[in-house]
Amino acid sequence: MVDKVYQLIIIGGGPAGLSAGIYAARSRLDTLLIEKAGLGGQILNAEWVENYPGFPQGISGAELGSLMSQQAEKYNLPTAFAEVEGIEVRGEEKILKTSEGQYRAKAVIIAGGSEYSKLDVPGEEEFRGRGVSYCAMCDGAFFKDEVVAVVGGGNVALNDALFITKFASKVIVIHRRDQLRATKVLQERALANPKMEFIWDTVLESIKGDSQVRELQLRNVKTGGKSNLSVSGVFIAVGLKPNIEYLRGLLSLSDGGFIPVNGNMETEVPGIFAAGDIRAGSIRQVIAAAGDGAIAAIAAEAYISSR
Amino acid sequence: MAEPQSVDDKSFDKVVLEAKTPFLVDFWAPWCAPCRNIAPIVEELAKEYAGKVGFAKVNVDESSAVATRYSVRSIPTLLFFKDSKPVNQIVGLRPKAELKKNLDALLTDKG
Repeated sequence: MVDKVYQLIIIGGGPAGLSAGIYAARSRLDTLLIEKAGLGGQILNAEWVENYPGFPQGISGAELGSLMSQQAEKYNLPTAFAEVEGIEVRGEEKILKTSEGQYRAKAVIIAGGSEYSKLDVPGEEEFRGRGVSYCAMCDGAFFKDEVVAVVGGGNVALNDALFITKFASKVIVIHRRDQLRATKVLQERALANPKMEFIWDTVLESIKGDSQVRELQLRNVKTGGKSNLSVSGVFIAVGLKPNIEYLRGLLSLSDGGFIPVNGNMETEVPGIFAAGDIRAGSIRQVIAAAGDGAIAAIAAEAYISSR
Repeated sequence: MAEPQSVDDKSFDKVVLEAKTPFLVDFWAPWCAPCRNIAPIVEELAKEYAGKVGFAKVNVDESSAVATRYSVRSIPTLLFFKDSKPVNQIVGLRPKAELKKNLDALLTDKG
């Protein structure tokens, strides 16, 4: 492990990394995919994916993620469970420091994706796993016949809320604006669902409870008025942030912390590519992540063969 | 034991609470995608910590009493047991390195 130099190391096992891995493995590049916590990526948390071409009836995110990893396995893409802690460029070689030791490569594709943003409000960390959740698919069933809130107004928030209505007696969406950002199809479904209610122009200020969540303290951003809401769970779906901590100092990042790339997914460092949610300008859709991964793998192959 | 042992409402006390070693219990369900994701990592850890830490998994769909007893309302949840008591909890999909740190702490912490 210490002395081997891979032709290509891919960081991240979501749709972008797996797609890059499938292309690289089929090109017979000596490739390693490093993933910190399990293959599949954020798409695993999507209950149902209706906009990925080839699945006219839709497909569950868990199944789509699993099919992608099976496809990578079919081409014997080697994977390692490790968390990347830093990347150093020495000449043309890239040295990855990870929780499981050091890896070396000629080219690197950063496809580390994003993770859910936290609200950073009092009670959020304390009640994690005791009513505060970031995964409706995982935890919705624990709230049978109970009242639950969902914070957010985008696609993920509405998908989560609609999913939880299968279990909960009532799902209250708390959104900081007076209109939703989610796709129209989802908005129509959500607004027509009798179990769903909306609280507009409102933010969550703190989460209270005892052994579990009991109450949310809310503030209306237009009037400043405060109110309390009794719930036994709160699902937080306020967007995603890129996983970039280990890249500070290596690459200049955009304002939001994303990695600027050109049309070939090349970053400012020769031989380092970025793909998927983590790159600047990504539309953060599974279809785009898969496309980015393919482009990055082909560009990486051209880079490696030109050395 | 090199593989996590499946336990249920009936066998939990005997396997986990009466064990001589500390235990890591993975609460999961078939419909939870991140649970499927964390399973191979827990399996690797079970091999690496064989003889030092016991590993068990509880399907919350089938064993809701154990899940309720420990107020598990989010999965995957990993509960760390020592001397019959839960002493640490990790909720959600976390990197293997972080799980190892928590297992090492479970072994070194005399409290």
